[in-house]
Amino acid sequence: MNNQNGSILSVIDLRTYFQTEDGVVKAVDGISFELGKGETLGIVGESGSGKSVTNLSILRLIPTPPGKIVSGEVRFDGKDILQQSTEEVRKIRGRRIAMIFQDPMTSLNPFIKISRQIGEITELHLKHTRAQSRAHAIKMLELVGIPDAESRADDYPHEFSGGMRQRVMIAMALSCEPEVLIADEPTTALDVTIQAQILELIKDLRIRLGTSVILITHDLGVVAGMADKIIVMYAGKVFEQAPTSELFATPANPYTKGLLKSVPDPAHEDGTPLYQIPGLPPDVAHLPPGCPFEPRCERAQDICRQEFPPFIQINETHNSLCHFAAEVYAESIAERELNNK
Amino acid sequence: MMKEENAKGTSLWKDAWRRLLKNKLAVFGMIVMAIMIVAVIVGPTIIEQLTGYTYDYMPSDQDLIKSMPPSLTHPMGTDDTGRDILARVLIGGRISLMVGIISTFVSLIIGISYGAIAGYLGGSIDNLMMRIVDVLYAIPYILIVIVLLSVFGKSNTPAWIKSIVDTIGGGQGMSQIILLFIALGAVSWLTMARVVRGQVLSLKNQEFVMAAKATGVTTLGIIFKHIVPNTLGPVIVYATLTIPSVMLSEAFLSFLGIGVQAPFASWGSLAADGIKNIAIFPWQLIFPGVTMALTLFSLNFLGDGLRDAIDPQQRKF
Repeated sequence: MNNQNGSILSVIDLRTYFQTEDGVVKAVDGISFELGKGETLGIVGESGSGKSVTNLSILRLIPTPPGKIVSGEVRFDGKDILQQSTEEVRKIRGRRIAMIFQDPMTSLNPFIKISRQIGEITELHLKHTRAQSRAHAIKMLELVGIPDAESRADDYPHEFSGGMRQRVMIAMALSCEPEVLIADEPTTALDVTIQAQILELIKDLRIRLGTSVILITHDLGVVAGMADKIIVMYAGKVFEQAPTSELFATPANPYTKGLLKSVPDPAHEDGTPLYQIPGLPPDVAHLPPGCPFEPRCERAQDICRQEFPPFIQINETHNSLCHFAAEVYAESIAERELNNK
Repeated sequence: MMKEENAKGTSLWKDAWRRLLKNKLAVFGMIVMAIMIVAVIVGPTIIEQLTGYTYDYMPSDQDLIKSMPPSLTHPMGTDDTGRDILARVLIGGRISLMVGIISTFVSLIIGISYGAIAGYLGGSIDNLMMRIVDVLYAIPYILIVIVLLSVFGKSNTPAWIKSIVDTIGGGQGMSQIILLFIALGAVSWLTMARVVRGQVLSLKNQEFVMAAKATGVTTLGIIFKHIVPNTLGPVIVYATLTIPSVMLSEAFLSFLGIGVQAPFASWGSLAADGIKNIAIFPWQLIFPGVTMALTLFSLNFLGDGLRDAIDPQQRKF
């Protein structure tokens, strides 16, 4: 943890709702977290748990209508992004907070040359001239490891492979040396071998440029090696929040435990089927009054059906949204002891 | 797929070009249009060099002031006052094509901006803008053109049109032609706006638009730098099909005597002159008519061929 440098971005009780024919979908419902300088935060959750919406909300990129940021604060550099003018937010986007999207195949404009797509950002924010922006774009392409960057700069996106395009996206995102990089499932659309390269690249650049990173993923393996701390999201809520090592060793939430159990483990290759959390993610438009995870939870009790669980603080940096957080935590510790023997 | 492209990727346009060349009718249309464009640009000068006839040259020799059938000196014959019809058809073609191209250009500028802004902004602004288009659609366009031409045509020509006419010359006839450009352009952008809006609606939800937004590109930058170039395929196709339809409207107006006025000629006004003598001097109608039909056919073939070549269904990014 290098939180000592203070936090650069803090999200406080963010709520983003979508108005649909089916009712109000509370995609993000009271999310809070802090991102320290140079820190990497992993956000983990199943599809539809509100990971992406959280991060689009940070840059106010939610399509309105139907989406709406109902309440909350996004404090960046002492100011609330949600209260700033559109023009002020535009100047933050790409310059100080940059994003990498999930699918590199569709995130680049097919009609614009690579050098121009990267160059446009620095022309916009750093007032580069054409020649400067081109030189800078080539430098960025070299930085992200595109061979023969000088000549590839004038190619169009379709002349690049998926992994190369994701590198280009990273080059674009980092071209103004932003303070925060939001990577929304940067490796989901890529081959496993390329995945490792891209993650390695983000890790490496983070150290070199001192950027804080928010890494969104549904793959626990990805965050394990990269994040300083992890937020587990479910149904638009933070279910558990803890430093990475602690979350993996001693989870205090049944959902997190389920997620960890469903990761394939090479040591247990004895023909037993891989564990999976029963049921499906809930319909966020019609949530039950109690715990949203209750229908799928192994240890559900009556109280889970009736009352919304409290956000229990296990220790200074570890929180869990569960009626039985303390018990689950104790169990995890016991299990760890057992394994250590 | 990616491996092959590593050498040197085939661009969308190269692909489309190859498909276009396979389409025989489109190639025919392209060749005819190329010949036609060259002919209307250099043709009149060549005729003047060879025979001394220009489009409005009337011979002073009494024997020549009559409508002569096609011959070697006058491949399309002459009209009642002895003017060479070929020269007139070529000059008429120049004006007809110019009306087609310039009016389409005007309609492109208005239509693209209007449609792109409406589609991108969406919501109630889009609703309002497109309802205005619907209302304009409901008014017969010929009516609008006739009103525009008759209000501004004779005595109240706006000052800026007068100043253009003063610099390029041509007097009253030219200001009438400029008005025709504007009037036809102003009514033919409606469909263009709809085409572009439809494209923009599907493009604005693409991830690259979100990515551009996330890098802080301004709204106008996103519309005109990121989205509009992506609508180019359908727009080009639609524009090639707009040119003949505008030319047809021009011919129709000129045929009725509201469009291009003497001493200028267009295919429509030539046909109008020719039809008076159709029983005695059929060549006066046949040649302008056939030339126009050939041009319109070619443009339509070319447009259809382009549509097949740039078929969005086959495009893969």
